[in-house]
Amino acid sequence: MGEKRIIYMDHSATTYVKQEVLDAMIPYYAEHFGNPSSIYSIARDSKRAIDTARAQVATSLGAEPDEIYFTSCGSESDNWAIKGIAYANRKKGNHIITSKIEHHAVIHPCEYLEKDGFVVTYLPVDKYGLVDPAELERAITDKTILVTIMYANNEIGTIEPIAELGAIARKHKIPFHTDAVQAIGHIPIDVKAQNIDLLSLSAHKFYGPKGVGVLYIRNGVKIDNLIHGGGQERRRRAGTENIAGIVGLGKAIELATADIEGHNKKIRALRDRLLNGILAKIPNAYLNGHPEKRLPGNLNISFEFIEGESMLLWLDDEGICASTGSACTSGSLEPSHVLLATGLPVEISHGSLRLTLGDVNTDADVDFVLEVLPKVVTRLREMSPLYKGGKKGGCNVQ
Amino acid sequence: MYSDKVMDHFKNPRNVGEIENADGVGEVGNPTCGDIMNIYLKIENNVVTDAKFKTFGCGAAIASSSMATELVRGKTLEEAWALSNKAVAEALEGLPPIKMHCSVLAEEGIHKAINDYRKKQGLPLWEEKHPHSHDDEGETCQH
Repeated sequence: MGEKRIIYMDHSATTYVKQEVLDAMIPYYAEHFGNPSSIYSIARDSKRAIDTARAQVATSLGAEPDEIYFTSCGSESDNWAIKGIAYANRKKGNHIITSKIEHHAVIHPCEYLEKDGFVVTYLPVDKYGLVDPAELERAITDKTILVTIMYANNEIGTIEPIAELGAIARKHKIPFHTDAVQAIGHIPIDVKAQNIDLLSLSAHKFYGPKGVGVLYIRNGVKIDNLIHGGGQERRRRAGTENIAGIVGLGKAIELATADIEGHNKKIRALRDRLLNGILAKIPNAYLNGHPEKRLPGNLNISFEFIEGESMLLWLDDEGICASTGSACTSGSLEPSHVLLATGLPVEISHGSLRLTLGDVNTDADVDFVLEVLPKVVTRLREMSPLYKGGKKGGCNVQ
Repeated sequence: MYSDKVMDHFKNPRNVGEIENADGVGEVGNPTCGDIMNIYLKIENNVVTDAKFKTFGCGAAIASSSMATELVRGKTLEEAWALSNKAVAEALEGLPPIKMHCSVLAEEGIHKAINDYRKKQGLPLWEEKHPHSHDDEGETCQH
């Protein structure tokens, strides 16, 4: 059995580290390894590297460098934003507003806070996964102390009207946080123009290393620490800095935001060809998420009558890497909470496939998936008690 | 995640299909947990002479129904009823704890098909002897 070529279409789960990024990182492991908090020369090299990365992140977000704080990952940034704002403001109020389609790194901290006397409103979404700004306006009370809505959804790719939502929060003087983990490199971000007070991002989604993220905190926003200890990150986030990781993140974000439009054009073309091919070849297949307001590389398609994991196993057999629901729910029995929130019936949620294209993908990859996927779907449909030779009419699967 | 045996029964499932005018049909599962199995049995002289299945579900679900129908072929009704989910999982060389409920569903499908046959024959229905075992599953099961 020869080495199978890998067709990686799970960029929303994680990305490879680009060579340029790796090259920038390596010297900070064995050469410039000093602890940035120390006073001697080799430590000053480390500190300088972190300052450079901080400036790179600030530029890419339209923020000030002293508003950028390094964390270990997107989940930490989300936890810090939510718990930090909640606890800093609990004398003012106890109400938090978020959405039904957030990543678990937002939902679970909210559920945790509910056990401690906080009240959380989970805004509904429409069939495309869009939050209605009017709903946000209606949900706000004089006890609301935080609004947190994700910039772009990891499962269905839907892009939320962040500037509008932020404006509403700003009008009511409520801090507005957005989990932008999936948005970096695909959507130009300007925290000032988009009324964003806090923002989470994570390096390993844009060709940087795993283990490092950022929380942007606008100057003036009151927030408790999540991690107390030494004085790193202006005493707001303790822990000796992951210098190499931070350097990598800085380089990666600089590369990712250099030509967002050009990059999107290329990925979108591949994605659209894949989507059109799938819909043409496979009956009873439906796109989930908004057709236009969606991440350029994201495809989330439900295939009636069959189940997602069995699709993945067959695709894996052919070297194709994809996911069903979110990568994080692979250990759960529940179908995707995101798909259910858009009103998708349970059995169709179970039959969803997420393909997220990125910089490694080529036309040959698209061709290969278009060759393999119809056969996989046919095979599984033949085994299914729900498939009666094409429920909705149209041409039969061969 | 899956043993070689499970992958074999997933990629090359035995007994896929329906039996026309089956002697016993068992439909189990529901879309909520993402697994639906239909078991079809042909029974002659108290022996399961043919068994087929159709399954909507994950790798473990397909493998479990494949293995379960294999294991009851040629068995008497009593022997087929005695098939436990544990036996199915063992024959598959183990299932991840979170997938044990698939073997449970297969056992229930066989039982339901047998009782469907017994009902059609005017025979008293057999009762589930003991609750199915989940061991270290952790997650709740609605079966």
